[in-house]
Amino acid sequence: MGRILLEMKNITKTFPGVKALDNVNLQVEEGEIHALVGENGAGKSTLMNVLSGIYPYGSYEGDIIYNGEICQFQKITDSEKKGIVIIHQELALVPQMSIGENMFLGNERGKKSAINWNETYSEADKYLKMVGLSESSRVLIKDIGTGKQQLVEIAKALAKNAKLLILDEPTSSLNETDSRALLDLMLEFKKQGMTMIIITHKLNEVVYVADKITVVRDGSTVETLDCHSIAISEDRIIRGMVGREITDRFPKRSGVEIGDINMEVDNWTVYHPLYAERKVVDNVNMNVGAGEVVGIYGLMGAGRTELAMSIFGRSYGADITGTLKIKGEEVTLKNPREAINAHLAYVTEDRKGNGLVLSNPIRVNTSLANMAGVSKNGVIDVDKEYQVAVEYKDKLKTKTPSVEQNVGNLSGGNQQKVLLAKWMFTNPDILILDEPTRGIDVGAKYEIYCIINDLVKSGKSVVMISSELPEVIGMSDRIYIMNEGKFVGEMKAEDATQENIMACILQSGRGE
Amino acid sequence: MAKFLETLKKYAMLIILVLVYIFFVVMTKGMMFSPLNFNALITQNAYVFILATGMLMCMLTGGNIDLSCGSFVCLMGAIGGILMVVKELPAGTSIFIMLLIGVAYGCLLGFLVAYVNIPPWIATLAGYLAFRGLGTALLSANSKTGSIAPFPQTFLSLFSGKIFETKINELNIVCMAVGVVASIIVVAVNFLNRANRVKKGYEADSMISVIIKSVLSVAVIMLFAYKLAMAGGIPTVLVWVVAIVLIYSFITSKTTLGRYFYTIGGNKEATRLSGVDTKKIMFFAYLNMAVLTVITSYIVIARFQAANAQAGTNYEMDAIAACVVGGVSAYGGSGSVFGMVVGATLIGVINLGMQLMNVDADWQKIVKGIVLLGAVVFDILAAKKNANK
Repeated sequence: MGRILLEMKNITKTFPGVKALDNVNLQVEEGEIHALVGENGAGKSTLMNVLSGIYPYGSYEGDIIYNGEICQFQKITDSEKKGIVIIHQELALVPQMSIGENMFLGNERGKKSAINWNETYSEADKYLKMVGLSESSRVLIKDIGTGKQQLVEIAKALAKNAKLLILDEPTSSLNETDSRALLDLMLEFKKQGMTMIIITHKLNEVVYVADKITVVRDGSTVETLDCHSIAISEDRIIRGMVGREITDRFPKRSGVEIGDINMEVDNWTVYHPLYAERKVVDNVNMNVGAGEVVGIYGLMGAGRTELAMSIFGRSYGADITGTLKIKGEEVTLKNPREAINAHLAYVTEDRKGNGLVLSNPIRVNTSLANMAGVSKNGVIDVDKEYQVAVEYKDKLKTKTPSVEQNVGNLSGGNQQKVLLAKWMFTNPDILILDEPTRGIDVGAKYEIYCIINDLVKSGKSVVMISSELPEVIGMSDRIYIMNEGKFVGEMKAEDATQENIMACILQSGRGE
Repeated sequence: MAKFLETLKKYAMLIILVLVYIFFVVMTKGMMFSPLNFNALITQNAYVFILATGMLMCMLTGGNIDLSCGSFVCLMGAIGGILMVVKELPAGTSIFIMLLIGVAYGCLLGFLVAYVNIPPWIATLAGYLAFRGLGTALLSANSKTGSIAPFPQTFLSLFSGKIFETKINELNIVCMAVGVVASIIVVAVNFLNRANRVKKGYEADSMISVIIKSVLSVAVIMLFAYKLAMAGGIPTVLVWVVAIVLIYSFITSKTTLGRYFYTIGGNKEATRLSGVDTKKIMFFAYLNMAVLTVITSYIVIARFQAANAQAGTNYEMDAIAACVVGGVSAYGGSGSVFGMVVGATLIGVINLGMQLMNVDADWQKIVKGIVLLGAVVFDILAAKKNANK
């Protein structure tokens, strides 16, 4: 038993009308990696905000004991002074500034009146080395990938003399390789004596790095599991998170006949809209039948989203060549409207950025892609619009007091359902779902899977893009594997394993 | 009680307007309440209502503004003067030519903003500078005084004066009749709406609140009708303003076109991927703005009965202020024609009230600045409070 570095005792935090945290207890030992898991809205982020002083002392009940003393943080800098540094899910870097500038943002090197640039960059380089980055600290943030940006965030935290590092969903925007590298880096830091708290939805990562796991459910801590005393499986963690056993993470689909080919893409090549010589999608051939779920697996940056968006009315890319056949007929879709009219739907991976209008109610979002369905001669029939929204709310079991609720107030899973409702209302035959379960909790994921099953049961085709291997394998009838713009493999779901899919990608990389 | 507070919040700006109005009535010893000042409130501010309607449509698409509209009013005045006074073309032809020029400018501006992706404030800053210069140059080239007059009577009577004008302090029957008809329509719409909602089982306001709303609306309409009737009749510009406000209320609240303005302001990319031609909407916003600016120029020429170089100075700022005070988001995506009307009226009331109190012109600007800032702070705090709930 190591020394207790941090103890959060009976923390209760209430927002007007909601008890976000109810008597939460958390003990973190020095030098361990402590995972905090729970469904969306369970209170993990709130707890970390209490710890880091974003919610100041006095706005919550209970005590934070850090290094043996009771802490009363008023603001983030108070906790950072003690060595508690939090790295948030959304990267907080300024793209137009260099790595070095970002690293010491608000913590500038030099005198009060003038920044010492030499010191800034030489120190920055030192910390970059510690996280295994070989880039110069003078490189601009926008010129490095997300994976490296995440490492810069960590280096930035190290520069603040972090003793307790809190990582909130550090791998949510990373691909498999970068994620693994990051987790290995965490294990490396642990050897050097760093204490870390990691918040993540990805349970395989938890199993990989964590020494202890604390499960949060509905604002209270349910249990703390010690990974060294008992063998922890993902199913065991899920049981704690949802309070029941999910025997099957992927609902079975039975009796669905795969019919005629609904969509076929041949020799599809897309160039980058800005860098004209860069091929983003390279000679892709694919098809999807009625009643079929086709998975496209690939790492981030493989060109999956670009492929999908270029098919969907050329909404991405330049110089697109290749043929697209819908129900056997060759079509040219010049814009999203033509794609929608051809009964194609693209459900974006970025629901907040380009999927939903967060400041508008569910009703408005549901009808947005098919206003013709709720209007006559350009005049909206608000009654009909309301009925449609309610119908889809009930059908997809969206949890909300009313369809007049702004979408921004919903949880991730419910937002995803509204997004699905919007596209289902366009009456598509082919749905391209791009990361349909990103950032949503286990329970909501299951419901999304059920919706997908219902869609194919009614004869629709689903193309599901995902970077979660178990999901691709569990949900698809057939899987395409994509790497660096090319399709490097195709396999039936029953032949697919995590190992042979990854092998496909590794082999294609070596072939270059 | 909670519901009462909610209603209070919903109509906060309206309540503030009433309070400010009463304040000025008291401070001016009732002068503000006189028929002539009712008339002045409308004729002085007609340009704000029309320009702010166009500005609202631009702002909805994402906080975009048009800085050129004030200068464009000046240029159109100069062109109108040349057409009607110097060239002596008929009013109808001149009106049509001016409208065409407006459409041409609107297309150019819309093209630059929507298709070339020039930030609106820069694209319109160019017009702000150039049109004032061009307008002034045209005026001084065609007139020694730098002001062109007199405009033909047919033109003036279309955009200024009164309908069936009677003597002051003599009740204008037409005006009263219009007031009564408007009242009946408003009450009918209120009750029919409620009945319709109840029939279909939707959430509807209680009968009492509908009655209160109707009584208050009728009171306001009849008060205006009576005061205007005593001031000589319905000002012609009021017809233009009411028509434009009603048309745009309908567009923004009931049509798919109007809906797209809001969703583009809320999330442009999501709207584009939903199959909406977002560029076309942006284009339309600026074309529409130019057309409304031309209409504004008609009423401004008619009001001053002359075209001069100062016409339209700071009109763009008045329009933006009216929108912002009326709760139109500076980031786009929210705001309503009704809110804008309340905002424009509030600024109009403050302007007129301070003039009547003989407040120094510099102080008038200071007060307006504070009101503008206050309105925005109030809006943001209210939004925050809502979000925390």
